[in-house]
Amino acid sequence: MNKSQLIEALAKAEGLTIKKAEMVVNTMFGSVEDALILGDRVEIRGFGSFKVKDYDGYQGRNPKTGEIIEVGQKKLPFFKVGKELKERVDSVD
Amino acid sequence: MTLTKADIVAQVYAQGQLTKAEAADAVERGLELIKEALSYGEEVLVSGFGKWSVREKAERRGRNPQTGDPLILPPRKVVTFRPSRVLKAKVQAQLKGQGSAPDSADGRQPAGKVIRPGYF
Repeated sequence: MNKSQLIEALAKAEGLTIKKAEMVVNTMFGSVEDALILGDRVEIRGFGSFKVKDYDGYQGRNPKTGEIIEVGQKKLPFFKVGKELKERVDSVD
Repeated sequence: MTLTKADIVAQVYAQGQLTKAEAADAVERGLELIKEALSYGEEVLVSGFGKWSVREKAERRGRNPQTGDPLILPPRKVVTFRPSRVLKAKVQAQLKGQGSAPDSADGRQPAGKVIRPGYF
């Protein structure tokens, strides 16, 4: 399922116009993104939580050439699956 | 600060197109549709944000951490999330101050995939 399919399904299920469903979906992901950009956590019960993880820099190697490279410190978005979603995904065959 | 579902509903409502109840229902439904797709093993791709997919984990030998008894953990399905390059770059920009596009010097983009400045 991609974003436009999600928008269509939402419009249909809630009796909304495509425009409004699109606004809802964009606002949902936009609000999560804004929070993560500020370094805030996001917690959606039953679905999961997002946070920004800090990774220290380290010395790595280019696996092809063996050349030593400095990998800088980084921040990456991280998603932890919520309990309900975790259980549902594992239960349907 | 933590963003919760109530905050997301408030932001949807603040767009001024839906009543509070409609905004709450729509957010709930949106999440439900995503969960439903994943529970059928379907992938959910939101371009510019990320992709959730379901991975099948093989059966493996583990141990009861309390007693140390060996046991077989059954195969299971787990959800994984991969943030999009765009989202990663935006979050990464925190390190260097607001809104700056990632520079190639920190080399965190896979080779050959260059994010054009101003793309977002």
